[in-house]
Amino acid sequence: MVVFQKPKALTDAPFHYCPGCTHGIIHRLVAEVIDELGIEGKTIGIAPVGCSVMAYDYFNCDMIEAAHGRAPAVATGVKRANPENVVFTYQGDGDLASIGMAETVHSAARNENITVIFINNAIYGMTGGQMAPTSLPGQVTQTSPYGRDVKACGYPIRVCEMLSELEGPEYLERVTVNSVANVRKAKKAIKKAFQNQIDGKGFSLVEVISSCPTNWGMTPQAALKWIDEKMIPYYPLGVYKDRSAKKEEETK
Amino acid sequence: MKTTQFLFSGFGGQGILFAGKFLAYKGLIEGKQVSWLPSYGPEMRGGTASCSVIVSDEAVGSPIVSKPDVLIAMNLPSLDRFESAVAPGGIIFADSTLIERKVTRTDVKAIYIPATKLASDNGFPTLANMILLGRIFAELGEFDDTNVEAALTKVIPAKHADMKEINLKALRLGAEQ
Amino acid sequence: MSEKVLMKGNEAIAEAAIVAGCRHYFGYPITPQTEIAAYMAKKMPKIGGTFLQAESEIAAINMVYGVSSAGLRVMTSSSSPGVSLKGEGLSYLAGADLPALIVNVQRGGPGLGGIQPSQSDYFQATRGGGHGDYHMIVLAPSSVQEMAELTVKGFELADTYRMTTMILADGTMGQMMEPVALDDLKVNPMPEKPWATTGTGMKRKHNIVNSLFLKPEELEKTNFERYERYAKIQATEARAEEYRMEDAEICLAAFGIAARVSKNAVDEARKMGIKAGLIRPITLWPFPNEVFRKAADHAKAFISVELSMGQMIEDVRLASECRVPVTLCNRAGGMIPTPDQVLDAIVTAAKGGH
Repeated sequence: MVVFQKPKALTDAPFHYCPGCTHGIIHRLVAEVIDELGIEGKTIGIAPVGCSVMAYDYFNCDMIEAAHGRAPAVATGVKRANPENVVFTYQGDGDLASIGMAETVHSAARNENITVIFINNAIYGMTGGQMAPTSLPGQVTQTSPYGRDVKACGYPIRVCEMLSELEGPEYLERVTVNSVANVRKAKKAIKKAFQNQIDGKGFSLVEVISSCPTNWGMTPQAALKWIDEKMIPYYPLGVYKDRSAKKEEETK
Repeated sequence: MKTTQFLFSGFGGQGILFAGKFLAYKGLIEGKQVSWLPSYGPEMRGGTASCSVIVSDEAVGSPIVSKPDVLIAMNLPSLDRFESAVAPGGIIFADSTLIERKVTRTDVKAIYIPATKLASDNGFPTLANMILLGRIFAELGEFDDTNVEAALTKVIPAKHADMKEINLKALRLGAEQ
Repeated sequence: MSEKVLMKGNEAIAEAAIVAGCRHYFGYPITPQTEIAAYMAKKMPKIGGTFLQAESEIAAINMVYGVSSAGLRVMTSSSSPGVSLKGEGLSYLAGADLPALIVNVQRGGPGLGGIQPSQSDYFQATRGGGHGDYHMIVLAPSSVQEMAELTVKGFELADTYRMTTMILADGTMGQMMEPVALDDLKVNPMPEKPWATTGTGMKRKHNIVNSLFLKPEELEKTNFERYERYAKIQATEARAEEYRMEDAEICLAAFGIAARVSKNAVDEARKMGIKAGLIRPITLWPFPNEVFRKAADHAKAFISVELSMGQMIEDVRLASECRVPVTLCNRAGGMIPTPDQVLDAIVTAAKGGH
């Protein structure tokens, strides 16, 4: 009896991610959603620059590698070219919230009918652990060796809260994947973000609070705990915007 | 083979670019080679506007008019700036309502038309440009009713077709000066 | 010959792009090319196309990257400072072998510079514009009719060779009106694009559009292969117009608006009995080396006429293998040489001076 198997939307290429990194879980969730919705043949994924730069090797759907931060602009082009395609971007915090903030905000403001999977682990992983726009106050990184000093470097950006002030986006939710229950909730959110696109509802972003044991300098278990203790208090989980649900409620 | 280089100059809003475009279209209709080049930038919105038009029997080389055969000066700064550039033997058409001084050069022909006054006296205050053009066509022996009308049809958008008659009137009034 | 209409160069580019089958345009306002965006904004919604004013030139070029990945004809346009911002995207388009049409209606630089016509982005355009080993095909129109024709040609070349084509114009070419016959434009059908990311349809292995090669051996191989393609383009696609060159001793080199000014000067010089001629490169990359090499057989001097501090002059020297003296006749910063200035340079060269 098969209890568990790799989703069809993932290739056989072994992931290059560090032990305990949650990218693998999130890749799988995205792939499961693609399988369940039966959309692999018409899905186009946009990979970022960051740890998940080689996501194009892991998904079986057509994939495009974008320049750092530009995935939402590339996705805009793809979606406008072929609106029948399902287009998703997969971006880290440096990519989405630092260098690509303009592309993020404006694609949300346009309510571009795309799905954005945003991985927030509060650090630059690929380049070896530098401060991210989402690094916590006091967080020690390679480029904030004495802890993030908010006087010098400013405060972390809460992306879902910020975007929720915009009229444009359809759906914004923050989830995490540090427990079985949370993984289930994350999958539900990711599925909704894809379904919204299929239904033509518009810009849907799921922020996934993730761990980076390597660059946080922790064991995988400690990293999952750190999510609960440090990350979630600063980045509360939940739905920040759901226009369709709100409309339904209003009509009740 | 003949090439005539025109330079229109005045305030933004006097219809400098429109007059140039109309002249270029008339040349095109008459089977000539033509080019039209505006000054561009902030001056489009209020300052000085100028526009180079070349009408030629042969292919137009540089579209930039640096030695105009015909200068149309619709304000004093334009005359001050371009009088010395006019080719010897050229003609200067000046709107004498707005330019009080005379042309000082003696090797060019100067023609003064109170275009702005004529325009407001006759109920089309925005068409001083067309009055001047009418006078230019008369001077150059190029006032051809059919071609003038055809060129007007090209430059006046269909939704403003009613403006054609009044433009024609202004052109004719100019030609009579 | 169909009926001619008066059109601005910028508008001719926009209309020709539509004729060529381009249905996606992304741009950001900047003088002196904004008419292209305005034209697209008016036309695209009426023909089922996309006009999108992007949040920046960076976003615009990346939207171009997306549409091109999807296998469709796509363009963006800007002017010098905006093209610098697009530099990142130009490099990525090259690295991913994506076709696209980029228009640069140049203005004076560096920095914010000015808004008057210039040709000082020649190096940027002919050497690629962004980082890495690559080229773009660079076309230099010198009339409004050619703005239209080279736009169509640019899309075709881009698709044929899977690379970016740039139309390198200037403020004069963009703003001037001349008669254009658009009905005469011939468009060849777009080639198949089996590499495009349009969805696998579960019928093929996934396509990947990418410029990342972490193994240097692989990246080197890709670059060598790309340069083999470039060599083919250099052998077959270089184009130039030769004007009164049969017996020319003083040979001008000029493109775009500088070539128009130079033609006047050549005619005047001929009237004075000086054997002057003009080579007008239509493709700036590939540069028409052969034409210059041949001209060096009978020319006594080359004069590069440019709206810059002298950029194309380096290619003229390389192409003529330094067999003949090459001098510069230029204006910069938004100024344009007059025919008289060019004529003076011709007369000086004819007397054997530099």
